[in-house]
Amino acid sequence: MTRGDRRSTAAPAPDPAASAVPPPAPAGAAKDAPRDAPASPGHAPAPPTPSPPSAGRGTSALRDRVRHAGLPYLLLVPALVLELLVHIVPMITGITMAFRDLTQEYIRNWGAAPWAGLDNFHIAVDVNAPVGEALLRSFAITCAFTVLAVGLAWLLGATAAILMQDTFRGRGLLRALFLTPYALPVYAAVITWSFLLQRDNGLVNHVLHDQLGLTDAPPFWLVGDNSFFSLVVVSVWRTWPFAFLMLTAALQNIPRDVYEASAIDGAGMWRQIRHITLPALRPVNQVLVLVLFLWTFNDFNVPFVLFGKSAPESADLISLHIYQSSFATWDFGAGSAMSVLLLLFLLLVTAAYLLLTRERAPRATRSCGTRRRKRAHV
Amino acid sequence: MRRFRTAAAAALTTALTAALASGCGGGTTTDGAGSNDKPKELTYWATNQASSLQEDKKILKPELAKFEKQTGIKVKLEVIPWSSLLDRILAAASSGQGPDVLNIGNTWSSSLQKSDALLPFDDKNMAKIGGENRFSPSALAATGAEGKPPAAVPLYSLTYALYYNKKMFRQAGIDEPPKTWQELVAAGKKLTGDGHYGLALEAGDPVENAHHAFVFGKQHGADFFDASGKATFDKPGNVKAVKQYVDFLAQDRISAKGNAEYAARQSVRDFAKGKAGMLLWQAARSQLLGNGMKPDDYGVAPVPVQSASDTGDRGTTSMVAGINLAVLKNTDNIDGALKFVKFMTSNAEQHKLNTTYGSLSPVRAAQKAAPRDKDEKVMRAVLADSAAPLPQVPDESKFETLVGTAMKELFAQAAAGQKVTTESVRERLAKAQQQMRK
Repeated sequence: MTRGDRRSTAAPAPDPAASAVPPPAPAGAAKDAPRDAPASPGHAPAPPTPSPPSAGRGTSALRDRVRHAGLPYLLLVPALVLELLVHIVPMITGITMAFRDLTQEYIRNWGAAPWAGLDNFHIAVDVNAPVGEALLRSFAITCAFTVLAVGLAWLLGATAAILMQDTFRGRGLLRALFLTPYALPVYAAVITWSFLLQRDNGLVNHVLHDQLGLTDAPPFWLVGDNSFFSLVVVSVWRTWPFAFLMLTAALQNIPRDVYEASAIDGAGMWRQIRHITLPALRPVNQVLVLVLFLWTFNDFNVPFVLFGKSAPESADLISLHIYQSSFATWDFGAGSAMSVLLLLFLLLVTAAYLLLTRERAPRATRSCGTRRRKRAHV
Repeated sequence: MRRFRTAAAAALTTALTAALASGCGGGTTTDGAGSNDKPKELTYWATNQASSLQEDKKILKPELAKFEKQTGIKVKLEVIPWSSLLDRILAAASSGQGPDVLNIGNTWSSSLQKSDALLPFDDKNMAKIGGENRFSPSALAATGAEGKPPAAVPLYSLTYALYYNKKMFRQAGIDEPPKTWQELVAAGKKLTGDGHYGLALEAGDPVENAHHAFVFGKQHGADFFDASGKATFDKPGNVKAVKQYVDFLAQDRISAKGNAEYAARQSVRDFAKGKAGMLLWQAARSQLLGNGMKPDDYGVAPVPVQSASDTGDRGTTSMVAGINLAVLKNTDNIDGALKFVKFMTSNAEQHKLNTTYGSLSPVRAAQKAAPRDKDEKVMRAVLADSAAPLPQVPDESKFETLVGTAMKELFAQAAAGQKVTTESVRERLAKAQQQMRK
């Protein structure tokens, strides 16, 4: 929104006040009044277009009301159109694709693709057939991966944020250092990891095998079963700075005196964390965990850059799996059906999560937690 | 709370649209007929043939300038990296927005032919670029399904060959390059030891794997598709083929275990650095030179066969690899596009570009010149006598993905010390085949 827009929305607001109480203007308006006043006599007969606060005085109440009621919607139109274009239309297109037998034969003219009914879905969920079985396995792997990656990222972020709550020398430097992975471009960062994880020339094996002698033979990190752990490590490395950043910001809002008071009452560090820090962080955690979950579950970049187009079986995340099922094999209908299933699953999880966390909210309200939330809502 | 929920909803929608955006280009309906609305300009998508995209531009720009001088048509050039080429082509085909003329990998020809996005080179169009007799038949066989007008014309041709390190061969007492796989394994065992290996494999790259599976399959008298275009991945001949290739690492141990994760041309580097004595590759010259290996240090021979007396399909030593040139059907400059195709396949341009890129010219007239190096000599003979096109069926790209990935998994298993048996190979291939649901 530009400055001009904001002015036009704000302009009508003092209008009724001005017309209702003509002579004694409120303190705020008084300042503006002298500036506007000398200008209006000179301009009064000329153009009626630039309607300063005083111009509304003569118009009918009805027109006024229509303008007031309509303006917000008018201002929403650009956002609405963009939202339709960017989100809703592609989403509906994607969902429609799921019900069609869309292969390369029809990519020039999607409308000509025959309707497949629920066939694509049937194939995707038929866990006794190879396609459904592979999808289910990929889904299970993604769930395990997400739980591990989000849990570790949050734990690391929270630990670091709490440890850096107190000022000490070099805190700024450490904070900047911690945030680096978040600031690096994904591709550059993950490709570096893939070099580190190479079996023969990678740094990881050089340390683990050559220097520490922990393994009999240098293990593989990018193919085979270990690739799952490589993926978790790289993903946590990518996302934990975000958790750290959010939680650091949230911790700034907890008043120091609460800690001091509890310390006087004999609370140790663990008690303070359990009874002050964590309850106060609750609203932030609620969003943070959800966002981390969605990002991690849907992550495409990290596995794609790390493993290429065909991920090893043990690290076959669902987003890459769907990409393989549609782009690499030119079967867009099946890919879309899988995407729709993924959408439903994520919607379900999000709804359940929000419902569960909301119900528990009133019970958990304590001390500064409530205060903070109230402040946020006024 | 409300604000939070809106934010969460927004985050959710964004995340999901990202997952959903499997090619939501807009689904425009295009009537398909090209036109001559913009006769003075063309957009050309070239594939990455040289060592970098920049290098490609440097090579092609002067040629495009020549074309502009001859015809007055300005050609806008974009060099597309291989990693995104297929996605870009699909997007161009589905949206109708994109280049007029483009390079495609020749193995995609019939898959793309089925999409009806490419201008067919029927008799009329073929006549405009000089007639199909200009091209060598084996290269022309890899331009689309049999019996249909080609979806593209061959531009650069390549074949696989066996590269061997002369010095390592001498030291190991091997007099000449192996002609059969048995000889290759024997030579490999002599070369293996002390941190050196017989054969370098790009075993983590599904596409490379699939190419080799195809050749081994042919040598075992099998095909990955039957005459009707149905997948026959788990036929005994194909199982033998895949097992034989994986066994170089699993059983014969003439390849390093680390090869199982090679997918970024590390095998070329290993060969160039003398870590491995042999390599199966297409036109490796410039890549080897880039890794510090001089042409005098290696020899080139055709890829081995099962038995020296094999001929016909069983004597296949390479796929017909290469790049085809295609015209998008809804181009705004059909005449100009065909002129450009004619220019690019002219004798002079063919000679120039293929020499620069180290590939073979699929144009007969350009093949008459004396071979410029030993790579070209071997590749010419292979292309003429013992190369076969990959199956020209619409599902070919699925074959590369599914079989290639299955082989990558088998290599990973073998490298991790698990046994690879005929049964486990068959199971993998059967699973891959079941994924071809249509």
